[in-house]
Amino acid sequence: MTITLGHFLTVAAILFTIGVFGIFLNRKNVIIILMSVELMLLAVNINFVAFSAYLNDLMGQVFALFVLTVAAAEAAIGLAILVVYFRNRGTIAVEDINLMKG
Amino acid sequence: MMSLLDHIQGAAALPEIFLAVAAMALLMFGVFRDKSADIVNIAAIIVLGITVALVLGGAGGRQEAFGGVLVIDTFARFMKVLTLFGSAVAIVLSVNFMKAEKIERFEYPILILLATTGMMIMISANGLIALYMGLELQSLALYVVAAIDRDKAKSSEAGLKYFVLGALSSGMLLYGASLIYGFTGHVGFAEIAQSIKAGEPGLGLTFGLVFLIAGLAFKVSAVPFHMWTPDVYEGAPTPVAAFFAAAPKIAAMALFVRAMLAPFPSILPDWQQILVFISIASMLLGAFAAIGQTNIKRLLAYSSIGHMGYALIGLAAGSPEGVKSVVIYMTIYLIMTLGTFACVLAMRRKDGQVENISDLAGLARTNGLHAFFLAVFMFSLAGIPPLAGFFAKYFIFMAAIKANMITLAVIGVLASVVGAVYYIRIIKLMYFDEPVERFEPMVTEVKAVAVLSGLFVIFFVLFPQPLSALAEAAAASLF
Repeated sequence: MTITLGHFLTVAAILFTIGVFGIFLNRKNVIIILMSVELMLLAVNINFVAFSAYLNDLMGQVFALFVLTVAAAEAAIGLAILVVYFRNRGTIAVEDINLMKG
Repeated sequence: MMSLLDHIQGAAALPEIFLAVAAMALLMFGVFRDKSADIVNIAAIIVLGITVALVLGGAGGRQEAFGGVLVIDTFARFMKVLTLFGSAVAIVLSVNFMKAEKIERFEYPILILLATTGMMIMISANGLIALYMGLELQSLALYVVAAIDRDKAKSSEAGLKYFVLGALSSGMLLYGASLIYGFTGHVGFAEIAQSIKAGEPGLGLTFGLVFLIAGLAFKVSAVPFHMWTPDVYEGAPTPVAAFFAAAPKIAAMALFVRAMLAPFPSILPDWQQILVFISIASMLLGAFAAIGQTNIKRLLAYSSIGHMGYALIGLAAGSPEGVKSVVIYMTIYLIMTLGTFACVLAMRRKDGQVENISDLAGLARTNGLHAFFLAVFMFSLAGIPPLAGFFAKYFIFMAAIKANMITLAVIGVLASVVGAVYYIRIIKLMYFDEPVERFEPMVTEVKAVAVLSGLFVIFFVLFPQPLSALAEAAAASLF
């Protein structure tokens, strides 16, 4: 069996869906949300690199590198906000994030 | 210096480069000098002013920078000036509040400058990479700004919520971008448009488009991606909420317009129906959900969701006329919002800021000027003639009718009638209820913002021509 573009796209779609569900279904810990976000961005990177190889076009790989950089910055800022939040509330459980309704 | 810029084809992006360099220089200054908040605030406003001059002073017509990654046309210039103006006023409004709440930090104006750099890149984005990078530069700065009052649980919760939902939406936007890249083979808007025109648009492309619109709808806080707005407005300090309601909305809407019209003009019906749904849902939610609110910031959050719904009608029309109405709407919305938030910022008693609508009771008798201008803004937000807010809605509905979207226009009018209920309730509270404890006198700069934007809103009816002409030129540059 040869691995085609479709296989890569399927893997990426599955990873992306796991990431989205990780954000919505998880009630325990905000760090799991950060991991899910990371998973979504990496799924997108698989898409980009697979398309890039399939199309013989470098732009997809350039985009993937940009996404990696931004993902790192995003994780750093997310963790920083999480630390600030923990200092105020003493918890990072998702169900406790409820000072404001909504 | 100039030859270096020419070498990297960046001459047209000089305002962005200047703003980014100035923000970093001010960061250095702030770090190495004690108690620098005041100086950095003033310097940041001057920097924004110089950037406006650079935007307006650049070569006219359509310019491209960095080999077509950024495009600078009349539309971009107009929206950039609006954004810079919104950011500068947000800094002006924040100074006194931050001092009173003892959270004056030099990081705040610098984060605003960085977010503004991101917004300018968004407005000029001519490809998926620039779109994503601009959006992230803006968002990453805004996440931190929302949590700037870091010792208050509410502010940090606002930052956390905004971060989680914002990261989710960037993920969706990016997934859409990857599908669009994969199925067209390009990341530049012009090339994508060509490639779509040449071939039959496939299912993959439509999928990507839906994800892209979902991500963009989050950034303009349109239904069904609006959940973060009320919480972030309520939790973040008031001047931050004022900033969130003004400049980022302008930039996100400009990006939305360009990201739909530049690459996808040939599949207009595909995205038109999505936008029609989003705008109807936003208008109705904005009108009905705001009725039961007791916190004025939450009320304004729902109001801004509704206003984004109206602005999206103009985009859904997909015509030069529609874009012109969006530009006019966003200009008037910016000024109304800044004025309203100036009035909300002035709701301060000896023991601190108050945010409940009931605190406004009888304001007309304790502070007539404050009550008058807040009433003007409420009438204008509700769209009562002859105030500016009426003309904003008028142009939008005319564009919708000319594009044969009469149902959409009718729903818009009905939603604005429902919306008038809660705006007028505030006016009734201020003018006909028994006064409660009076507010502290308005601070000079807050009063100036409220009065100037109030005068614009009142007298716009006499001079609608210049804005209309500018908006027309801006819209024409996109087609």
